[in-house]
Amino acid sequence: MDSQDQASEAEGHGVPTFAIEAVMALLVLALGLVIVVASHKLGAGWTSDGPGAGYFPFYVGLILCISALGVLYQSLLGKNRSHGIFVTGEQLRRVLVVFVPAVIYVLAVQFVGIYIASAVYIALFMVRLGKISVIKSVVTAVLINAAFFLMFEVWFKVPLAKGTLDLLSFLGY
Amino acid sequence: MTELSALFHGFAVVLSPMNMLLMLVGISLGVLIGVLPGLGGANGVAILLPLTFTMSPTSAIIMLSCIYWGALFGGAITSILFNIPGEPWSVATTFDGYPMAQDGRAGQALTAAFTSSFVGAFVAVVMITFLAPVVAKFALKFGPPEFFAVYLLTFCSFVGMGKGSPFKILASMAIGFALAAVGMDTVTGQLRLTFGIPDLMRGFDFLIAVIGLFGIGEILLSMEEGLAFTGKSARINPKVVLETWKQLPKYWVTSIRSSLVGIWMGITPGGATPASFMSYGLAKKMSKDGAKFGTGQMEGVIAPETAAHAAGTSALLPMLALGIPGSPTAAVLLGGLLIWGLQPGPLLFVEQKDFVWGLIASMYLGNLAGLLVVLTTVPLFAAILRIPFAIIAPVIVVICAIGAYTVHNAMLDVWFMLGFGALGYIFKKLDYPLAPLVLALVLGDKAEDSFRQAMLVSQGDLSIMVSNPLVGTITGLALLLLFWPVIGRLIAMVRKPKASTFTTEQPVD
Repeated sequence: MDSQDQASEAEGHGVPTFAIEAVMALLVLALGLVIVVASHKLGAGWTSDGPGAGYFPFYVGLILCISALGVLYQSLLGKNRSHGIFVTGEQLRRVLVVFVPAVIYVLAVQFVGIYIASAVYIALFMVRLGKISVIKSVVTAVLINAAFFLMFEVWFKVPLAKGTLDLLSFLGY
Repeated sequence: MTELSALFHGFAVVLSPMNMLLMLVGISLGVLIGVLPGLGGANGVAILLPLTFTMSPTSAIIMLSCIYWGALFGGAITSILFNIPGEPWSVATTFDGYPMAQDGRAGQALTAAFTSSFVGAFVAVVMITFLAPVVAKFALKFGPPEFFAVYLLTFCSFVGMGKGSPFKILASMAIGFALAAVGMDTVTGQLRLTFGIPDLMRGFDFLIAVIGLFGIGEILLSMEEGLAFTGKSARINPKVVLETWKQLPKYWVTSIRSSLVGIWMGITPGGATPASFMSYGLAKKMSKDGAKFGTGQMEGVIAPETAAHAAGTSALLPMLALGIPGSPTAAVLLGGLLIWGLQPGPLLFVEQKDFVWGLIASMYLGNLAGLLVVLTTVPLFAAILRIPFAIIAPVIVVICAIGAYTVHNAMLDVWFMLGFGALGYIFKKLDYPLAPLVLALVLGDKAEDSFRQAMLVSQGDLSIMVSNPLVGTITGLALLLLFWPVIGRLIAMVRKPKASTFTTEQPVD
């Protein structure tokens, strides 16, 4: 979901929780409508051999729309709507400090595989955010990944993502 | 007494050296998961599920359920020593556990917490032993309408018993059902809601959702709060344990009451978290030292821990007997059963006797092993929490990514996991409950199948849901729970003027 978009609105001006709640309700409503339309196309009615493929999802979409309208009403006109700040700038910064590197990490996994990406990710995280010495960080990251390698590939025979480049192919796994 | 002989047979299955080893490994991993913030029972089991694919189903379920018991135990360690609940159900344990630790009574608090966890789980397992076969036998008579009514009851009870906005509970549940519908329709073979993306043909695996919502979402929340671990040291020696054990029988009423609260909340999908709060509240109200609660009363540790364990354990009863899990973790275990080719539900007791009774026997032994493991290893696990969060956070993200990847060996799932993580973070901040979403995602296909079968039988006539007393009662109960937020408000409106005119009237309920 677009957490960053929503959260960044809150930064600085401090968007109240009920506004985010309303945005979320609109997203849920949109999802509900998409499902209703898609399942209607699939056949939400009765076919010659029973309920059509869209029968059940159609009602699920309807429930989504109804509940989204309910939340929307409660968030904009309800008595107990929350005027508290959804997220402060400092909180948002701390969340993004974890989330953005995590996104880059997953992107890296796609190319260099889980072991190399994880080792670099853990080491960088330790050095940058934990202010831990480079040598300690690198050793810890390599040891942790060696443990993962032994556990998954060697003992339990579960192959992990090697990435499109497959830099560790010389290990034979 | 057929249950007892079946149970002894179950013990014979469990007591192989390999299974005992898996039990210890499971408990230790579970405690680790419970201790680490950001890893919980549900996603811990989800991540480790692929490791068990090569094992026999009995061994696999023993290890996974032991991870679950371990996680239930582990939550208490962080609550008492660090005032950080490792799991949502140990929040109530911090109220009196942390003051006890500050008072220098950490050992006593931990012993009381672990022992009462064991007691709660034990009472719940005894209940499962005798009640589950009866429920399963009864459920063998169920047809599609009855099963759909039970599903309906499960989901409606979330709305009726949940706190917060019923619309949010409904929305969360419907999102789960919608995600479950994505992919190939099992009846007609048509592709549904895939929008032309071939990777979506597989559908959304609930394991990915669990790992994202509970794992990544939790890490983001922990980060936002700015974690700092300043804990009390834990010294547990046999003398403290024995002294605490001597005091515990004094609180037998609290233990029994909390067990019952936990069992009730576990079977109905209330879950361990509300059970622990409810039990703490009841203990505070009923204890003669109620006013002192929050200052370090042992009773305040016993009540929530007993209830949380009783609830966590009894959540497996509807899973085993009906195929309907009572908690997200039970839902993950149920997903495991499906992957191993077992059909959860009443037939399990007939067709897979070894499996069911092995599991039930492992609940007895697993909890006993858990008690011994946690009592002896607390200092070790407390030391893990002193590892800087800058190491723990990326390692947990890596573990989640590995867990998400191994489900289908697909990178797209890892991206979905990140998406679910962001969704989980926003949902938690906006008070959307996550458990209904996960349960709907797990049960979606099964609920839909039974609904469509019921509709086929009746040729589309919805009145089949009230066509006999059994299905009618279950459906009626479900609708009552669904509309309870409205009905409750109406009752309050009718009662209000009465209450002002007859102020002396005593409430009967």
